[in-house]
Amino acid sequence: MQYMLMIYETEAPSGVGSAEREQQMSAAYGAYIEALNKAGVVKGMNRLRPTADATTVRTTDGKPQVLDGPYADSKEQLGGYFLIDVPDLDAAISWAARCLAVGHGAVEVRPIWVMQP
Amino acid sequence: MSPEAGDRARSTADLVARRSYGKLIAFLVARSRDVAAAEDALSEAFALALKGWPAKGCPANPEAWLLTVARRKIIDGHRGRRRDEIAMAQLQILAEGLDAASTAMEIPDQRLALMFACAHPAIDAGIRAPLILQTILGLDAKTIASAFLASPAAVSKRLVRAKEKIRQAGIPFRIPEREELPRRLGAVLDAIYAAFSEGWTDPEGTDPIRRDLTWEALFLARLAAELLPDEPEALGLLALMLYADARRRARRQAHGEYVPLAEQDPALWDSAKMDEAETLLRRAGAMGAIGRYQLEAALQSAHVYRCRTGRANWSEVVQLYDALLALAGSPVVAINRALAIAELDGAHAALQAMPELQADARLAEYQPFWAARAELLAKTGSYAEARYAYEVATGLERDPAVRTFLKRRQAALPE
Repeated sequence: MQYMLMIYETEAPSGVGSAEREQQMSAAYGAYIEALNKAGVVKGMNRLRPTADATTVRTTDGKPQVLDGPYADSKEQLGGYFLIDVPDLDAAISWAARCLAVGHGAVEVRPIWVMQP
Repeated sequence: MSPEAGDRARSTADLVARRSYGKLIAFLVARSRDVAAAEDALSEAFALALKGWPAKGCPANPEAWLLTVARRKIIDGHRGRRRDEIAMAQLQILAEGLDAASTAMEIPDQRLALMFACAHPAIDAGIRAPLILQTILGLDAKTIASAFLASPAAVSKRLVRAKEKIRQAGIPFRIPEREELPRRLGAVLDAIYAAFSEGWTDPEGTDPIRRDLTWEALFLARLAAELLPDEPEALGLLALMLYADARRRARRQAHGEYVPLAEQDPALWDSAKMDEAETLLRRAGAMGAIGRYQLEAALQSAHVYRCRTGRANWSEVVQLYDALLALAGSPVVAINRALAIAELDGAHAALQAMPELQADARLAEYQPFWAARAELLAKTGSYAEARYAYEVATGLERDPAVRTFLKRRQAALPE
């Protein structure tokens, strides 16, 4: 089964020390990605730019409206995802538990909707 | 068809339903992951059995017959509903399982795997016990709702949602790995104990649905202990439930009045059940991994020993409560611990040990908290406060027998 591991984290403020933090995070995620690849379960992954760069589109009174910012203004935001293919929910949960984000944010595990041909 | 043959077929179907329902469901679900479809298919198979068996006679292997018919129903359902590759893959798996079952004749028991799926952490904790009762024992939503004091429509909806989650989220059907087992087993045992406790809250002790629920829960606990004989907590839970069940007759007087443990007549206890509980507890203890249910069973054992021998063992009891509090700290445990302390060090010390109302808002509407407070206050001579606590406790109780008991205690207080 395919599952999307959605990573929700508090966005780090830019500025002092951000380069160093960035480097630490890349190294830590590097090991995780290495392990995912080694197990041959990863189907896709991406990191998202911060919500400061997000634009939200919706229709109000029949007219499309374009707004600056994310869909929901919550403390923790979707920061990236891993798409994995594993036998069952337990396997997906154990990959989610290894993800760095569970330490300070949360990882939502969602099964992929199987499309009928 | 003769009426006798009809009765015979009906009683064979009933017997198979009672003995094999969960086993057949588990077998079907383990292959398709679709609980609702398995339930529908099996109930159709039972309906066909009731129609066909009286005329043609019971098959040699009723379980295999029912399974074959149910699987055909599932496969037909899949053909009608969807034709995608996944359905085909599932049909393939189902077909493979069918051959395995018919050649071996012995249907593998996968009820435990099904219980673990129903009590999976991804399933809402409140619906786990009802889900197990429905899938393993075939209880309908109405019976379950009545036992848990909930509306049938709400229970139905939550059961449907849980089954849908099992299927769509890919919750696995297997006994968890060694390192995961103790934690996951805890959820299964908690669900069984929840069903048992609901059965115990039967106000009159006469409601057939509730009484059945304690019986069904005992059946599940036996099943868990049988299938996991090396898990001390599974044995501990069964021991705990047997201790409680053994005292069933002693809990009420002839006219239905409630009798507290200290005043029960040990001659009314079921000593065979008590002995079984003792043996289980000793076996569990020898495995060297203590847990909540073993401790609670050990407390029961200590109470039984005291009541039978008349020898006070309160310091042992307080020690057991200390261990239980450290392991599974809950206000309920703290209240019972305080009552044991009262026996050992007096009511003043016990009142000090009681949990604080401010610490947990739920205590305000928890009858045992007020009843315990009332007892302790009465012993320290604070009669006005005790009278008030009895009043609140009575108002919170739904069992008329216990209400009468509390009122009597209140009336016995000096002015």
